[in-house]
Amino acid sequence: MVQWLTFTAGVLTALFALAAYGIRGLGWLLPARNNAPLVLTALGGFAVTWFTVIAISAELGGVVNLEPGGWIAAIASLLPVLGAFALPQERPDADGTKEALKAYIAKPDRIPAPQATSGWVQRAVITAVTIIGLGVFTYGIDTEYGELFVGYLFVVTFAMWAIHTAGLLDRFSALVAANRSFTLAMGFAAAIAFPFTQTDDHYANIGVNILIFGTVALGLNIVVGLAGLLDLGYVAFLGVGAYTAALVSGSEFSTISGVHLPFWASALAGAAASLVFGVLIGAPTLRLRGDYLAIVTLGFGEIFRIAVNNMDGDSGPDVTNGPNGISNIPDLNLLGFNFGQAHDLGGFTLGRFANYYLLMVLIMAIVVLVYTRAADSRIGRSWIAIREDETAATAMGINGFRVKLVAFALGAALAGLAGTVSAHVTYSVVPTPYQFAGSTPPNSAFLLAAVVLGGMGTVAGPLLGAALLYLLPEKLVFLQDKSLLAFGIALILLMRFRPEGIIANRRRQLEFHETGQLDVPKQTTLTDEPAVTKAGA
Amino acid sequence: MTTPVLEARGVTMRFGGLTAVRSVDFTVNAGEIVGLIGPNGAGKTTFFNCLTGLYVPTEGTVSYKGTVLPPKPHLVTQAGIARTFQNIRLFANMTVLENVLVGRHTRTKEGLWSALLRGPGFKKAERASEERAMELLEFIGLAHKRDHLARNLPYGEQRKLEIARAMASEPGLLLLDEPTAGMNPQETRATEELVFAIRDKGIAVLLIEHDMRFVFNLSDRVAVLVQGEKLVEGTSDVVQADERVIAAYLGEPFEGDPGEAEAAEVEAAEAAASADAPSTTSSTKGEAK
Repeated sequence: MVQWLTFTAGVLTALFALAAYGIRGLGWLLPARNNAPLVLTALGGFAVTWFTVIAISAELGGVVNLEPGGWIAAIASLLPVLGAFALPQERPDADGTKEALKAYIAKPDRIPAPQATSGWVQRAVITAVTIIGLGVFTYGIDTEYGELFVGYLFVVTFAMWAIHTAGLLDRFSALVAANRSFTLAMGFAAAIAFPFTQTDDHYANIGVNILIFGTVALGLNIVVGLAGLLDLGYVAFLGVGAYTAALVSGSEFSTISGVHLPFWASALAGAAASLVFGVLIGAPTLRLRGDYLAIVTLGFGEIFRIAVNNMDGDSGPDVTNGPNGISNIPDLNLLGFNFGQAHDLGGFTLGRFANYYLLMVLIMAIVVLVYTRAADSRIGRSWIAIREDETAATAMGINGFRVKLVAFALGAALAGLAGTVSAHVTYSVVPTPYQFAGSTPPNSAFLLAAVVLGGMGTVAGPLLGAALLYLLPEKLVFLQDKSLLAFGIALILLMRFRPEGIIANRRRQLEFHETGQLDVPKQTTLTDEPAVTKAGA
Repeated sequence: MTTPVLEARGVTMRFGGLTAVRSVDFTVNAGEIVGLIGPNGAGKTTFFNCLTGLYVPTEGTVSYKGTVLPPKPHLVTQAGIARTFQNIRLFANMTVLENVLVGRHTRTKEGLWSALLRGPGFKKAERASEERAMELLEFIGLAHKRDHLARNLPYGEQRKLEIARAMASEPGLLLLDEPTAGMNPQETRATEELVFAIRDKGIAVLLIEHDMRFVFNLSDRVAVLVQGEKLVEGTSDVVQADERVIAAYLGEPFEGDPGEAEAAEVEAAEAAASADAPSTTSSTKGEAK
């Protein structure tokens, strides 16, 4: 498996090297005509090889036990790096070692404009990128042990960095912007295709959990990313949805036994219950601003968990069975399609989790639709206005409290919807996962981290953030109790070097990096002509 | 004759023991430009905040076209009073067009459901809002910058954009809090033209300003606020001639002051320096504050 990683890094390095030499037909790989991508891919190959060699040595108990092949690989991987650094530098005027090193991996400000391409070519490119993306993502999920996943992260990070400095990422964003709905369709096609690439249902389980986590993160993105309301107890709404679904879906442990609603009804009930809780919690707390709101929502999130823990018939009314939770939630059965059984579909076997995965893709599609449509409307603008300056927004006639309550309730309802599915996927609901912070997602801290890490105010950002944050603790079991520490360090590094998140919203990108923007107008203050406008009567 | 657009009756604002505004009666008639001046800390902005519902007045009422306004900012804007702020409060990370569209909030109704369902009504309303916003951007001359972020505009254009955003709510009365603060003379003159153009659209204007020439050029009436109380109100000439206004800005003359002759000398020098000013004495004194 590791061979594939080093092989990929090597192929990328070779491609960038050939493109830098000006081999015909590869020019498109390097729109910026720089050497930085070559340096970065070489570094990526070097990093993954050395990491592997070190990990194997550690496993075998010393460098002496390493096979000769390992030595050869380690030294061989060093060569492209040295070669890449020997290439002429882009900014020879850089002074100091630090500046010189920066210049090696810098992305040039000026990138030649792309040639016009026809619509078919653009769509073909997007399709190809989607397929490659699906392949890369699938590989990441299917990694069998933690060290391999770390190596995978090395290669992906350096490759993405290289593609970014080569200017390919900018080109691709322009393509996406021009074919927005096509990209969205391709994205969902890739999401649907994922379970068909899997032979082991365990990986579909990871997939469905990522989707649940991502959907909830997207709901939180409405509250945090658009309306700017810092909610630290958001996971409670997922819990409300899950518990509602568990109660009405015919579990023998449900305290309202005998009720067995069809899925659409229990999903609606879960979303509605979350919505009601959102309004109940939001109505008194949304009068607060900033940090105060964060503290109060944190409190309400914990109240939910503790209340659910205590409603066991001893210390409170018997609703949730306390810490035992509600188990034996039956599998869904939609129109005769039993989600609990494996189905054969055109030669592919879809296991239990794959079935739920496909259902979650549908729910995520709904959430994405709600998010994009709400963001681009009168109400979405008023959310952003409230986030930017609440006083000015109310002076413009926006009823701040009401608009914030709508955001809060909508976010809660979407989380509740995701919760109804998660109750079925996990067979049982218990109070423990619905806490503020823990070492495994979803919890409120991880949800917020997924939104901030991925990129606030975007659709793809929280989904990517959720995928990363789910996979890291899942794959890095060898870190054990130090995983939270590693997670914290990773967050700090990311916030230091890319505060707008992995996928940047245009607005936030401009907010944090003012340089190099075409948007910034020339500052002309004093002109000879009086700046009388058309208004001059 | 003219009907009052804005009528404030006995507005008093106390913060604990401090009385910032003391029973001020004030009217603005339709089609008028009224100036509100006073030394720093006189309570002008506090009075503005009472008018627009940002503060709830301790005593007194504010009514717009005969109906008493509730002390809630968004309802005041809904009723037809829009304002700008002393220190610019644009939505910095929204585009120029989006800023003006937010101003349209009270004049549109599309809620969450219509945004999610995207019916024909929603598209029509969005288009109409955008057209109206573009008209306003044409009016202030920022139409070519519609997709720029507000934070990237130069200072003078940010001021203009704030006015356009306020006008998007289709107000009957526009409150401008120091619209020319920090502007150079050319920009001030352009703002003067802009305020006249707004008045010609049938919108009454009430403005706070420290640039005396600007105020006296523009205003049909000027009110002077000193230590929270309204001292004088009247046309430019009346206010400029008023001894108490001069005293409020410059302080009372004291016994054995420099003497008439020296004062006259200074004034003559000032008059020579700014010969184009219509009424030299008090306006220069005002600026010298």
